[in-house]
Amino acid sequence: MGVQQANILAGLRKDILLMQGFKPAEHYAANSGGLSLIADAFPNGAFPTAAIHELLYKGYESAAATIGFTSCILSHLVANAGIAVFITSDDIIFPQALAFYGLNASNILFVKLANEKHRLAAMEEVLKCNGITAVVGEIKELSFTDSRRFQLAAEQHGVTGFLLRQNAKNMATASVSRWKVQPAPTIDHTGLPGLSYPAWNIELLRIRNGKPGSWNMQWKDGKLQHVTGPAVVLEHRIRKIV
Amino acid sequence: MKRFVSIWFPYLLTDWYALHDPSVRDTPFVLKANIRNRVTITAASLAAVQKGIYTGMALADARAIFPALQAFDQRSGVAEKLLKKIAAWCIRFSPVASADGTDGIIIDATGCSHLWGNDRLYVTDIVNKLKAKGYHAKAAMADTIGAAWAMARFRNKSCIIHAGKHNDAIAYLPVESLRLESDTVQRLHKLGLHRVADIINMPARTLSRRFGKHIVQRLKQAAGTIEEYIEPVVPVPQYHERLTCLDPIVRIEGIEIAVQQLLERVCNRLVKEGKGIRQLLLKCWIVDGKEQTVSIGTSAATTSIKHLMGLFTLKISTIMPGLGIELFMLEATVVEDAQPKQEVIWKTTAVLSDVNITELVDRLQSRFGNIAVKRYLPAQHHLPERSVKITSSLQEKPEIDWYTNTLRPIILLPQPVQVEVTAPIPDYPPMMFRYNGSLHKVIKADGPERIEQEWWIRDGRHRDYYAVEDETGARYWLFRSGHYDAEKTYRWFVHGLFA
Repeated sequence: MGVQQANILAGLRKDILLMQGFKPAEHYAANSGGLSLIADAFPNGAFPTAAIHELLYKGYESAAATIGFTSCILSHLVANAGIAVFITSDDIIFPQALAFYGLNASNILFVKLANEKHRLAAMEEVLKCNGITAVVGEIKELSFTDSRRFQLAAEQHGVTGFLLRQNAKNMATASVSRWKVQPAPTIDHTGLPGLSYPAWNIELLRIRNGKPGSWNMQWKDGKLQHVTGPAVVLEHRIRKIV
Repeated sequence: MKRFVSIWFPYLLTDWYALHDPSVRDTPFVLKANIRNRVTITAASLAAVQKGIYTGMALADARAIFPALQAFDQRSGVAEKLLKKIAAWCIRFSPVASADGTDGIIIDATGCSHLWGNDRLYVTDIVNKLKAKGYHAKAAMADTIGAAWAMARFRNKSCIIHAGKHNDAIAYLPVESLRLESDTVQRLHKLGLHRVADIINMPARTLSRRFGKHIVQRLKQAAGTIEEYIEPVVPVPQYHERLTCLDPIVRIEGIEIAVQQLLERVCNRLVKEGKGIRQLLLKCWIVDGKEQTVSIGTSAATTSIKHLMGLFTLKISTIMPGLGIELFMLEATVVEDAQPKQEVIWKTTAVLSDVNITELVDRLQSRFGNIAVKRYLPAQHHLPERSVKITSSLQEKPEIDWYTNTLRPIILLPQPVQVEVTAPIPDYPPMMFRYNGSLHKVIKADGPERIEQEWWIRDGRHRDYYAVEDETGARYWLFRSGHYDAEKTYRWFVHGLFA
């Protein structure tokens, strides 16, 4: 009975995911966006693409960590062939650094718009473009309607969207996940002086149909690796996510 | 076979004056100027001419004929300017129009008149439209510029010379109609040669021996045996389409239909020739004579009507149709060869030049301005602020690879921020620094990495860069500008933040 029921339950869960717009296989990054070590946290065990992910941060320090973490995922999503777009309010991202995270900055389009409303419009325009792999937008505030529209556009056109939300207030959005990335001290076991691989404390605050968690990870040899010990997966919180 | 229309304005300057000062309309008045210490009439209105006053007469003589004659000063250069304007306005009749002397306009009407029905309707429309604007005009249509010029000036009314009949038509006109110098004309009259027919059959050598080469050239031009060219007042664009409207268009839907039709015509032609549009210019002529232009640009050659229409839709709302638009003109100002190219080795360009991407860039640029969208390419400089090159082109390739030898910060501050630093001994990384109002204790550090100023670009101090990590794990890029010295002229800055 146990096995049979478990199979039925798994089947039903998949059906529910399908009904919620989560299609298996084609809308998941084959390499889990470089996050294969924490793939358990994601629905169906893979990083959801063609969806909207939110990243919260405050101040330049966590902005740098957040952009670095996003670049890591991006580099796995575009995999040397796709086109990524950055929509920012000013020119603070230094393209020279992107190569370190495996991104070819000459293949990235940078859109600079000082006006938040313009950035929202540009974000939606890019999400509706079929040739784009991923878009990172500096969107501080967005209404639920906006986020729902973004999410639908992303699903329809297969574009993965990242929203960089500085000092964000509105948390009622339709995005698939919400992350918070903080810089963490670099740890080097070789005993050499100086800085080691960039390390972050990555918090997955919310993930639709997945398990939120918190990890200390570093970018090493082209992928994200655990810094210390096994992943600390928070207990599964049940939250209604619209 | 070519067809030309010559328009003659017998009262050009006085008509123009009456338009500016309606109170003198229909009254006899003249324009005067001082010529050789004599006040001479330079232009006489229709009413004045009917009183027997003509151009070139002394004002005093004219006042003797008609004492109440009004006279106004004439400014120089008005006629030429005015004719240029009228010629530009005549673009609605033909793309090639040119000012001719100081009293006429020449239009190359080849292949234009069928749009009006026939030659007669075409010429009548020109004359009527000019009359409605307040200008007396006489027009003639013929196979050559010379014949049209002669018929416009020496026939009492506007006329059409059918194809091939221009030699017969000018034969009975006076020799003045050949556009000759006045002394040549006088000599011809003295010899009893009053009509074109008298000289048209004379051997060219005889004529040129007695009257100079000019007369032979004029005769040949009138007969059409040698080609005569006119310089169009508006250069003829290579790819352009025009749409004249029966009724002036005021509504946005109408403009959209017009643009759609013009786009279809231009694009169909470009597709056949294997070319694509990079820049388009839409000109709308309003009923009151004003012109409105809208232009769009694309980042790759395209002939997609849907895409171009989308770009125009964003801009059409800026057109102010006023009383209505009577003429649309669409011109491809920049075109490029758009033959599908062989895929190149460098794979990334193939992706960026994808039609989806170029169209996205066009949409963003037409909405937010051309500088909104850019790419970065590595530049051959070591100073961080010069190490990237901004480009808006999607085709440009990087000349060198991205620099990956040492780590660079992901956030580079637009302006380095000066900080207070405690550093133990020279050339050691700092121990602590104060940035953004808080004290950061340095736990780990890398450096220095010395980057010199490029002396051939700018003088300045070198920078020693340190990558440091504070107790929270935040990583900064600090630099000291200049050497340690006793006077403490060196300064510390935060230039960036590592991820």
